[in-house]
Amino acid sequence: MAATDTDAQPIADAPHPARRILAMLWRDKFAFAAALFLLLMVFCALFGPMLLEDAATRQNLRGRNAPPFDFSKPWLFWLGGDALGRPLLARIVVAAQNTLMVAAGAVASSLLIGGALGLIAGYTARLASQVIMRLADVIMSFPSLLLAVIVLYMLEPAVGNLIIVLAITRIPVYLRTSRAEVLEVRERMFVQAAQVMGASTRRIVFRHILPVIFPTLITIATLDFAFVMLAESSLSFLGIGIQPPEITWGLMVAQGRPYLTTAWWLSFWPGLAIILTTLSLNLLSNWMRTALDPVQRWRLELPRSRK
Amino acid sequence: MTGHLLEVRNLTVDFHTARGTVHAVRDVSWHLDRGECLAILGESGSGKSVSASAVMDLIDCPPGQIVSGRILFEGQDLLTLSPDARREINGRRIAMIFQDPMSHLNPVYSVGFQIAEIMTAHGVARAEARARALELMRRVGIPAPESRIDAYPHQFSGGQRQRLMIAMALALKPDILIADEPTTALDVTVQAQILALLEELQQETGMGLLLITHDLGVVAEVADRVVVMNSGEIVETGSAAEVYRTPRHPYTAKLIAAVPGTGEMAAPLDTGIGPILDVQGLTKVFGDFTALQDASLTVLPGETVAIVGESGSGKSTLAKTLLRLEDATAGAAFYAGRDLIAMPPKELFALRREIQMVFQDPTQSLNPRMSVGQIIAEAFVIHPGILPKDRRAARVQDLLRQVGLDPEHIHRYPHQFSGGQRQRIAIARALALEPKLIICDEAVSALDVSIQAQVIDLLNRLQDELGLSYLFIAHDLPLVRDFAHRVVVMQGGRIVEQGPVRQIFEAPREAYTRALLAASLDPDPDVQAERRRARAQLAEAPA
Repeated sequence: MAATDTDAQPIADAPHPARRILAMLWRDKFAFAAALFLLLMVFCALFGPMLLEDAATRQNLRGRNAPPFDFSKPWLFWLGGDALGRPLLARIVVAAQNTLMVAAGAVASSLLIGGALGLIAGYTARLASQVIMRLADVIMSFPSLLLAVIVLYMLEPAVGNLIIVLAITRIPVYLRTSRAEVLEVRERMFVQAAQVMGASTRRIVFRHILPVIFPTLITIATLDFAFVMLAESSLSFLGIGIQPPEITWGLMVAQGRPYLTTAWWLSFWPGLAIILTTLSLNLLSNWMRTALDPVQRWRLELPRSRK
Repeated sequence: MTGHLLEVRNLTVDFHTARGTVHAVRDVSWHLDRGECLAILGESGSGKSVSASAVMDLIDCPPGQIVSGRILFEGQDLLTLSPDARREINGRRIAMIFQDPMSHLNPVYSVGFQIAEIMTAHGVARAEARARALELMRRVGIPAPESRIDAYPHQFSGGQRQRLMIAMALALKPDILIADEPTTALDVTVQAQILALLEELQQETGMGLLLITHDLGVVAEVADRVVVMNSGEIVETGSAAEVYRTPRHPYTAKLIAAVPGTGEMAAPLDTGIGPILDVQGLTKVFGDFTALQDASLTVLPGETVAIVGESGSGKSTLAKTLLRLEDATAGAAFYAGRDLIAMPPKELFALRREIQMVFQDPTQSLNPRMSVGQIIAEAFVIHPGILPKDRRAARVQDLLRQVGLDPEHIHRYPHQFSGGQRQRIAIARALALEPKLIICDEAVSALDVSIQAQVIDLLNRLQDELGLSYLFIAHDLPLVRDFAHRVVVMQGGRIVEQGPVRQIFEAPREAYTRALLAASLDPDPDVQAERRRARAQLAEAPA
């Protein structure tokens, strides 16, 4: 097919980076909605426990397994009540803090550590690369849940320990991906061009290689977010993760499991929160991948310039 | 109603992109007869492949749309046929071969299986298909086909893979063979062989050959008639000789004028000063493969030395070792009296400013995530000593102007430029370091002929203005003819011949140089006929 010259594309003078980003976000309505939802979740995580802690833990035996959409009840019960008659809405809001903290903490630290090790393994000499890769193999060959069980059995099941354990089990994913990408990108000609100019290793890695592999890592991280939330809930279910009265969405799903046939809403609402959060992250990361890539960015900028 | 084997009438194809509708081809008509070779000639973006893609039903229909026109194959309009009926014609009656044979051969099946599969898919018995595959491999010139039939694609050379593709295309004895840039990825000597094979097969089978190419030399070598395309329209048609002798359209004239290898040859440079670069016995061994053996050459200040050789000749290895992208196994390279090869990293860093490189493919050598301004200014960030911070932005604009680009484009990204413009950016980046020697590794090979000429002009101008020396690596001899002062010919990791450009072109000593010269294609059909005879004589002479 005919490849046309693409140099006729006008680029308006960028007004302000923040405004430009907002404009690009507004172009992609799904990403915009996702960003709003995530902001709401972050708000819940920050202020939820402060505002609704009491309501979320107060038992109300008359409201046991209260069905949702009963608008005659107070608004906190509109999503129904749990097995002890505690309002589900309040519990979801309060649980956002623990859930997001564990998931974000685990994902961010495994992304950082795994990505950094992957860069080293991909770009440096063979020995370091071999050591790092074999370590990753050891972690991968060990069932992650088993590792978590052993560690948490010895340490006390606190949020911090949970983050460490989940992060360790997820490191190889980022490590292997970033190493594979680095191995490919480092052979590209613009890396060689930078070498010829005399660029330092640090400059090549951070200025030329990292920006190219970063979108891939971010995409994996958002997918991993859901995985980590569910892994945390299975640990809680086994009794070695977050323990009641502390709550997380995963724990709420697990607690609602026995009532699935009679009171579906116990598991449904926290499950929905997990799904929506992951979905929003995915939509947002998708948007970010386009927005970060100069070759693709016009998709988000074009309709504006057309007027 | 028509006597033509294949006729395209008033074809218009649009591509709907987010940036608006692009008319890929507009109102294009041509025809192809049995036993004839028609060449569609055009530069990238001219739409030369689009009509052939329409014939093969290869246009993706959501972005592309066949707006109007008819494609008649033996009088039958292909565009109105059902998909099943078209599949029956595609492959069986009309076959196609592509530029890059590696990506069109499945790496996990043996080549014999792949050739036979085409026949078994159309109902030929397995044993018979295999026998015929063997025969086809022999016919397209694969040596000892009995032992090679079960080999896999990666075990063949590029030229052999193209031969295999031709064998696959011919398996069902098609009436038409469409060849889309069949030799662009191949070495000149291999290109000549493949073209000769195509011509031979065409005469043998009487099929129509549709050749899509950007190379006037290929047209001169095989085409009977030629259709010249420019931005989606046919600007000229006629017999190959006629179009070359008396081009009626200014675009055709421009295209012919841009072909390298017709101008004055430069006289050897006599500066009276010592060489800027003196390479002595440079050797590079990978495992037990010697990529570069005992290479010695010199470059004078302000001189252009061309290194010519086919793939695997070690010319790129030479460049990489000189730039210390690879470590040399043995030898020395003196730059201004200091040995580059043995230099400690700190000294090397300072020297990076003086020796720069321009890479083959500007699409890959420019970081797609950096703007043009950032790409060029990176030189100043890496070597802060060149310029104080406040003067850098102005210097980047100067550099853009110097290479013939609009300084306003400083915030654009590489993908927003055409191939030739990108190579200018790469040259500006090299110039930012104020080098004395620029190594150009196939710097213009990926560009269209007319763009090639512009970039060469630019390099020439910069040499005059700044007194640069070039080490210019190319696979194509005519290209360096009007550009280089001296030529170094490489083969299999060794330098086989070097000397002033006039001596290499007019009185080559080595048989290999003569073979290279004979294999390169001239745009003049008559000269080409002459060369073919010379080549035949060379082939008969004992090696």
